[in-house]
Amino acid sequence: MAPVLELRNITKHFPGVLANDRISFTLEQNEIHALLGENGAGKSTLMNILYGLYQPDEGEIIVRGRPVKIHSPSDAIRAGIGMVHQHFMLVPVLTVTENVMLGDEMLTGGVFLDRRSAAQRIRDISKQYGLEVDPDAYIKDLPVGVQQRVEIIKLLFRNADILILDEPTAVLTPQEVNDLFKVIRSLVDQGKSLIFITHKLKEVLATADRITVLRAGRVVGSTTPAQTTEAALAAMMVGREVALEVEKAEAKPGDVVLSLEHLEVLDDRLNVAVDDVTLDVRAGEIMGVAGVQGNGQTELVEVITGLRRPVSGRVRILGHDVTGATPRRITELGVAHVPEDRQRDGLVLSYPVADNIALQEYYKPPFARGVVIDEQAIEKEAARLVQQFDVRTPSVQTPAGSLSGGNQQKVIVARELSRPIKLLVASQPTRGLDVGSIEYIHKQIVRKRDEGAAVLLVSPELDEILALSDRIAVMYRGRVVAIVDADVATKEYLGLLMAGADPATTPVPERRHKRAEVVT
Amino acid sequence: MAESVLKEIIPPVTEVQRQSLWRRAWEAVQLPALALFTAFVVGGFIIALSDFKVLEALADTVSRLNPIGYALLILTAVVLIGGVAISRKPEIILSRLGFAATGRQSRWFNIIAVVLTIAAVIGLLVIIGFGHVLELAWNAVISAYGALLEGSLGNPAQMIAALQSGDSRAIALAFYPISESLVASTPYIFAGLAVALGFRCGLFNIGAEGQLFIGALTSVFVGYSLTGLPAIVHIPLALGAGALGGALWGFVPGFLKARVGAHEVINTIMMNYIAFRLSEWLLNGPMKRPGAVPVSPFIAESAQLPRFFPDPIRFHLGFFIALGMAVFVWWFLFKSRWGFEIRTVGANPNAARYAGMNIAFNIILAMCMSGALAGMAGANEVLGVNYNLANAFSSGYGFDSIALALLGRSHPFGVVLAALLFGTLRSGGTRMQNVAQIPIDIIIVVQALVIAFMAAPGIIRAIYRIVKPREGEVVFTRGWGR
Repeated sequence: MAPVLELRNITKHFPGVLANDRISFTLEQNEIHALLGENGAGKSTLMNILYGLYQPDEGEIIVRGRPVKIHSPSDAIRAGIGMVHQHFMLVPVLTVTENVMLGDEMLTGGVFLDRRSAAQRIRDISKQYGLEVDPDAYIKDLPVGVQQRVEIIKLLFRNADILILDEPTAVLTPQEVNDLFKVIRSLVDQGKSLIFITHKLKEVLATADRITVLRAGRVVGSTTPAQTTEAALAAMMVGREVALEVEKAEAKPGDVVLSLEHLEVLDDRLNVAVDDVTLDVRAGEIMGVAGVQGNGQTELVEVITGLRRPVSGRVRILGHDVTGATPRRITELGVAHVPEDRQRDGLVLSYPVADNIALQEYYKPPFARGVVIDEQAIEKEAARLVQQFDVRTPSVQTPAGSLSGGNQQKVIVARELSRPIKLLVASQPTRGLDVGSIEYIHKQIVRKRDEGAAVLLVSPELDEILALSDRIAVMYRGRVVAIVDADVATKEYLGLLMAGADPATTPVPERRHKRAEVVT
Repeated sequence: MAESVLKEIIPPVTEVQRQSLWRRAWEAVQLPALALFTAFVVGGFIIALSDFKVLEALADTVSRLNPIGYALLILTAVVLIGGVAISRKPEIILSRLGFAATGRQSRWFNIIAVVLTIAAVIGLLVIIGFGHVLELAWNAVISAYGALLEGSLGNPAQMIAALQSGDSRAIALAFYPISESLVASTPYIFAGLAVALGFRCGLFNIGAEGQLFIGALTSVFVGYSLTGLPAIVHIPLALGAGALGGALWGFVPGFLKARVGAHEVINTIMMNYIAFRLSEWLLNGPMKRPGAVPVSPFIAESAQLPRFFPDPIRFHLGFFIALGMAVFVWWFLFKSRWGFEIRTVGANPNAARYAGMNIAFNIILAMCMSGALAGMAGANEVLGVNYNLANAFSSGYGFDSIALALLGRSHPFGVVLAALLFGTLRSGGTRMQNVAQIPIDIIIVVQALVIAFMAAPGIIRAIYRIVKPREGEVVFTRGWGR
């Protein structure tokens, strides 16, 4: 039987970059085909070509044996191709039904929206594929995992049978990821075919039928989960052997660097976001903060870095009381901050890479002499860091906004880790990054720890928390419900605590070295 | 092996790609230049269609059309629409014709299609009998724009003759128009810099006009109340007073924005009204010169900005001060760390806060500097041109400067170029009104069109099929209330 979808020799140039170089790719009926590659390997370009957002310079697209030209997303939908983007395209104040209907409205009498039939169709679809969704719920009230299901329903509603999922697990909790995989399975079992874009190796091995690896715009190989291993895939992606486990020596905790006492913090809607948190982080240790997103981690980090004032409680850094101090004062004490939202807080997208490198220290030597900014010094330092941290950019004068997400993150990490620091507050430091970059950034974080810096690592990725942390604080609804030694922490145990299980009654996993220290 | 592949694809990062200066300069000005050109073309249509002779001839010709004429008219419309359609999507036409269309080919095809369409439409109109109308319309436009040019830059023949004759009075008269253009440009430079500096901090300073009035008030006060000072002291003092007055007027909305988040657009508008009424009251009361007219006393001679030529040429030192301020603003914005902070606050306030910058301080600083520059525009008029202050003396320099800052893309040097253009249009418009009987309002229409095209660059890009640059465009202001 002919493949459902075939791409032949797709080539796409951008100024100075060959984004896709004669890429051929086939998708069989009822197949989950994983497209694996680092940031900038050309995955997104290829999918945007398939979705009609870019036109290929050469090559052809064949759907069910027929060559097609795709000039726009509506052409793609007509060819049965649908895409769930990493950032959802939903209107929060509308209901599920209204969102699904948007752009493909069912009408009664040619004028009125036929919400009832649409809702019925959504119910049918969700029943058929095991996508539990209430058609009358408002998007803003739904958790991220359910919003993603709405996106999938949108495609099924439009009769797409080739589904592209772009980094679908990046925003999900471990439980939601499991649910998603069940949905994906049920989709392919019932005749859909699926392209799954990711750089998470474990997920690929767990779900895919076939794996194609891209590197630097070319297909470097195709394989199946049975024939390969994590390490082999990583090596294919990066082009060299990659250490998947972070090698680190036993922590040698020193003096307390960051000390939080009974912190209470409100969020923007004046709800209690951080509730009576007391926590010490010592020099030379990595304290991981685990928790499903939205359980107070964001506000906690903002208070520590001076971006938000607590209602009560104290923040001490190196013995100085910095409760409510300005970000500048906190930075000058030797605190580095990798912010959660890199585009909102960490970068000025319209500025060149060089100016973003200088963003924290623009006002002092060597970047400024008196009041005059020394552009040459900035450019030189930026060129050095770009080289050292392997930021892929045409030049240091390129606007940060035109870099890929992973490279933007590297600019921030380069800026923050290149300073002599006493405390590193890192919020999701490897979000959206590829294996090679993650390995590098993890190494840098461990190196900072070994140099004697205290590290507070906030991440919803349990793999990352487990790989790096010496101790793990689990946050649930604004409280630190438990502080667990990394030796005893397992993914399952942390997952239960993150979901709100009572630490007192949850069985502690088998001890490897020490007793779990449980704080309630 | 993989690394060598990467090296092939991604150029080494240390080598900064430098485009040639000309190319960068062209990229910077192409959009404003095309916006201006388009505005003049549209303005030309308006001139032609508002000319009574043209309208009469048009009505006359239409009344004498026979059925064949009507048919041809419809054909013309078809040609016009078809030509536009073809020139919009040349790739499709080319590929139908069997060519593999690349960007370059289709561009040439596009230009040829446009030229042929225009030629065909004009040809058909002439055949139908509209030749006379077209001629009249063309004459109307040419005489209007000709008068505009002559009124703003002068008549080259007259200039040469005057220089040959050596008669100083004739020379002065010949060069009078261009000197007047420079005189009119000077306040535009100051006020344009004011608005541009605000834009760079993400602030929409609508209050340049009010700040300009206050600057004029404070500088005229220092100008006439202090006497017996040497010029070297008096001029800087009066100019500084103008800057200070404007800065104070900018400080209030800046402070309100920084402290309580009150939107600067609202507050600068309100401050304008306060400034207008305040100056009316002062000119009718405390600052009134003895007599019936609400005018301030003349400033002391020591406060007058020196002029370089005998009357009637009013070209004065203020022009060079304005150029100096443009250089200073450029240095401040792009070379000093204060400017770095102001630009960062404007481009991404969240990142500015994250980087430890004081947002409130920078907003207040930017509004004060913006106000000071606008105040200097007022001081410049009082000290260099009028020597006193009358009611409503500014006639919209502050408001025009918003358009001008947009046209200059909020860059100090762009502002200077845009100010020269606006000054030229303004002084040339007067002559156009006298000679060609075209109301000066057409200049305002052209200016308005320029603003519209600059505010919606997509229109210009669509008309001239310019590819949107990959690099981020300058963000002028943030949206309402954000």
